[in-house]
Amino acid sequence: MDNLASKSALKRHEAEDTRIKAGPRGSKPRSALSRRNIIVYGTLILVAVYYLLPLYVMIVTSLKGMPEIRVGNIFAPPLEITFEPWVKAWAEACTGLNCDGLSRGFWNSVRITVPSVLISIAVASVNGYALANWRFKGADLFFTILIIGAFIPYQVMIYPIVIVLREMGVYGTLTGLVIVHTIFGMPILTLLFRNYFAGLPEELFKAARVDGAGFWTIYLKIMLPMSLPIFVVAMILQVTGIWNDFLFGVVFTRPEYYPMTVQLNNIVNSVQGVKEYNVNMAATILTGLVPLTVYFVSGRLFVRGIAAGAVKG
Amino acid sequence: MTGLTRGSVRPNQWLRNLNAKIASIPMILTALVIFVGGTAWTVVYSFTNSKLLPRLKFVGLDQYERLWEAPRWIISIQNLAVFGFFSLIFSLVIGFVLAALMDQKIRFENTFRTIMLYPFALSFIVTGLVWQWLLNPQYGIQSIVRSLGWESFSFDPLYDSDIVIYGILIAALWQGTGLVMCLMLAGLRGIDEDIWKAARVDGIPMWKTYVLIIIPMMRGVIITTLVIIASGIVKVYDLVVAQTSGGPGIASEVPAKYVYDYMFLAQNLGQGFAASTMMLLTVAIIIVPWAYLEFGGGRKRG
Amino acid sequence: MKLRSLVGALAATVALPLGVAGATDLEVTHWWTSGGEAAAVAELAKAFDATGNKWVDGAIAGSGGTARPIMISRITGGDPMGATQFNHGRQAEELVEAGLMRDLSEVAEREKWREIVKPSSLLDSCTIEGKIYCAPVNIHSWQWLWLSNAAFKQAGVEVPKNWDEFVAAAPALEKAGIIPLALGGQPWQASGAFDVLMVAIAGKDVFEQVFAKKDAEVAAGPEIAKVFKAADDARRLSKGSNVQDWNQATNLVITGKAGGQIMGDWAQGEFQVAGQKAGEDYTCLPGLGVNEVISTGGDAFYFPLIEDEEKSKAQEVLASTLLKPETQVAFNLKKGSLPVRGDVDLAAANDCMKKGLDILAKGNVIQGTDQLLSPDSQKQKEDLFSEFFANPSMTPEDAQKRFAEIIADAD
Repeated sequence: MDNLASKSALKRHEAEDTRIKAGPRGSKPRSALSRRNIIVYGTLILVAVYYLLPLYVMIVTSLKGMPEIRVGNIFAPPLEITFEPWVKAWAEACTGLNCDGLSRGFWNSVRITVPSVLISIAVASVNGYALANWRFKGADLFFTILIIGAFIPYQVMIYPIVIVLREMGVYGTLTGLVIVHTIFGMPILTLLFRNYFAGLPEELFKAARVDGAGFWTIYLKIMLPMSLPIFVVAMILQVTGIWNDFLFGVVFTRPEYYPMTVQLNNIVNSVQGVKEYNVNMAATILTGLVPLTVYFVSGRLFVRGIAAGAVKG
Repeated sequence: MTGLTRGSVRPNQWLRNLNAKIASIPMILTALVIFVGGTAWTVVYSFTNSKLLPRLKFVGLDQYERLWEAPRWIISIQNLAVFGFFSLIFSLVIGFVLAALMDQKIRFENTFRTIMLYPFALSFIVTGLVWQWLLNPQYGIQSIVRSLGWESFSFDPLYDSDIVIYGILIAALWQGTGLVMCLMLAGLRGIDEDIWKAARVDGIPMWKTYVLIIIPMMRGVIITTLVIIASGIVKVYDLVVAQTSGGPGIASEVPAKYVYDYMFLAQNLGQGFAASTMMLLTVAIIIVPWAYLEFGGGRKRG
Repeated sequence: MKLRSLVGALAATVALPLGVAGATDLEVTHWWTSGGEAAAVAELAKAFDATGNKWVDGAIAGSGGTARPIMISRITGGDPMGATQFNHGRQAEELVEAGLMRDLSEVAEREKWREIVKPSSLLDSCTIEGKIYCAPVNIHSWQWLWLSNAAFKQAGVEVPKNWDEFVAAAPALEKAGIIPLALGGQPWQASGAFDVLMVAIAGKDVFEQVFAKKDAEVAAGPEIAKVFKAADDARRLSKGSNVQDWNQATNLVITGKAGGQIMGDWAQGEFQVAGQKAGEDYTCLPGLGVNEVISTGGDAFYFPLIEDEEKSKAQEVLASTLLKPETQVAFNLKKGSLPVRGDVDLAAANDCMKKGLDILAKGNVIQGTDQLLSPDSQKQKEDLFSEFFANPSMTPEDAQKRFAEIIADAD
């Protein structure tokens, strides 16, 4: 095990080092205001503005009172800053009778998201690894079905899944919900991992095989550390999808497990009555904070390139 | 590490397959029970006149006849084609260019990445409202530009039946390209540094290295991205509801919305199932041959 | 200071306490979640808790597309709630037929619902094969034209007293840069506005022939052609509204950017919140000032069949509580809707609500389209009218032809 794989990995690691030292992937070292820099940063800043414009409107709106919003200039900064909408969204907005805002479902969302994300990623990554490196007969057929499954609108599947869960005896439980999230995360995640693993340099896998490592060893010691960026992508997908999921959370569980999005939906989606845009905006940003934090924190793992990870194994 | 899994030093076919098969059990179950089973169930009920509850009162092809006579369904299909085409191309191109820029060892990479990705974290129910405001001629971008003195400036995509779908595209790209960028970036980070070195030594210009060497090497990631974008396009729903409710009139309706509306608002499960069957059939016709070539043929790691 | 209260609120509410069960808990699902609605629900819960039971609130906002699949999954998945709201009428019909809902006939008999519920059509909508399956709680009517007094003043014309005057005043409004008729883009708004025009212009009888008897000939006939002509006017007048939500449209009226809006009585809440007074700042014309008739759609509670005996008893108590006069008054004042019994006193009602009550007392009522048409036909109608109102190239004649087809196929 230690011989070939780590040798090639080491070589890669050196390459990584020089890459970091050498700076950009272009040829020459640059000065702060080189034409290249201006183009790169200029484009990125321009793009950032496009991405941030709606956020600006949301934040500005969330800091205004309703009379000011009624006046209508969406870009104008608030004349009088108020945090009322934020307090209301988090702690006071009513969901029917329960007037404790988004806070009510926060821990439920955590309880749903953590196991669902971990289990779905674990299942799909092992599965993708099996498909990429240990192919067996018939696997492709199931995989093709799975990919087509990614195109089925979720809502169409609600009633059949209610039947399946009812027959399994897990309808209305947290377990049932975790199963549902794992199922619907599977097509995309499996594809993601399968294709990523298949694209890794083959020598690493072969070297490990020569060294006598088996299925699980190779997965844990070689594949896992080399795939941090793709695990981050998987995490982004799943944390976002599951944290923001509303439909499954209410259809497949009972009220004591209702996630935060139920409150979010109730705040923003009232059919009749006054729409409090400022509270809506605050509630949306608050709900988005958890995935955003995950993006920001886990995003650091992106920096590691393929070789940097391999040496750890 | 050497002490582990002695048994698989020279793994025979059976053991090797066993582990992989165990790892694939969840996939096999999901594929068979949920996707095949659930789809079969849906298709069967699309031949019934089920309303609120699924009931086996068969009516033959009635639901399909009604579906193809509905002007709203026809418009939905056309919209999906236009939206899908542009969305696919722009997402891929923009996502790749951004990823390439991010891969230039830039400073504040984490910040830029989060900025591009944050729309993905926010519920579209409300961000759709913000885009509706931004694109509203009375108080959005148009009024700002006009107040700057360009009186004849006109930009109201959401209120013009002919171009409304492009208004939705703008918001869709805003929400989705960040993820595409991340996928591409993960792919780029998986590419061996030696490749770059070699290209540099050979004096190949950077853009050529990307087009001729890097992109072909990223095949796996690009295919994944394609499937993610395409499945998102087929299922597009929230975006339209939040921005236009399918309007003006029915000008921005999409198939998934037709399915949901008829299943749950109109309480006509049969009609909704018929529409979803048509959607699935179309997808299957496109994907099955491609998937067979892609996954079925003898690829490099057999 | 405000920041501190935010932090305090964060700290105080992160740990979430779950209510401990007392007497019989009954989970009630509904989609009343906005400020006024929630306050109204609180009245129901208070009344129910006073009976020694406990109302466990299961609010899910967003009626049709959102709340309904949840309610249906829960009921068919074998984990039903104690009671659930539906727009009464035809939405829950099948759940009843499938034997999943509880028969309330006994309670109704004991409490004499037949005598107290006015108009009686409300109870008819709850009745399937002679048995009563729901408890109606309120009446909402659609047939209102809301006018901005300021807009007409600015245009230099009198505030109209009926639809024809409104159409006549439109050019003056347009000249003053005001959109005559505000209309939101969501499909149900266009469809609802057409129904309102139909009662106002063609009258109650034609309305009933088309929607209750599903007479496609009448639907294709000259009376309805007149309605489509009026709808054509409305389409022209609503050009440039450029908003989606109904309350954004109402806001155009409130701010005087639009002359008027055809919308149900729930629009009143918006005027109240904006601090406007009926008669001074805005004018309401029931039945568009032409035909003072109001429809009596509304909300009702249904009770899934539950095996638990204690819960079943609690369900009965809830059903009877919902129709108690005190509950009706307290609930409807908060909700801004009209009570389902004619024998209660709503002294605190505002002017527009009083107009509604008068019409109700005179018996000038029709059933709402929710009660008469299946949700399926309703949806097809919405598709048609949202297209018609948005697409000027669709002639009234073509639209009428398609309308008649929908009526012919309706069930």
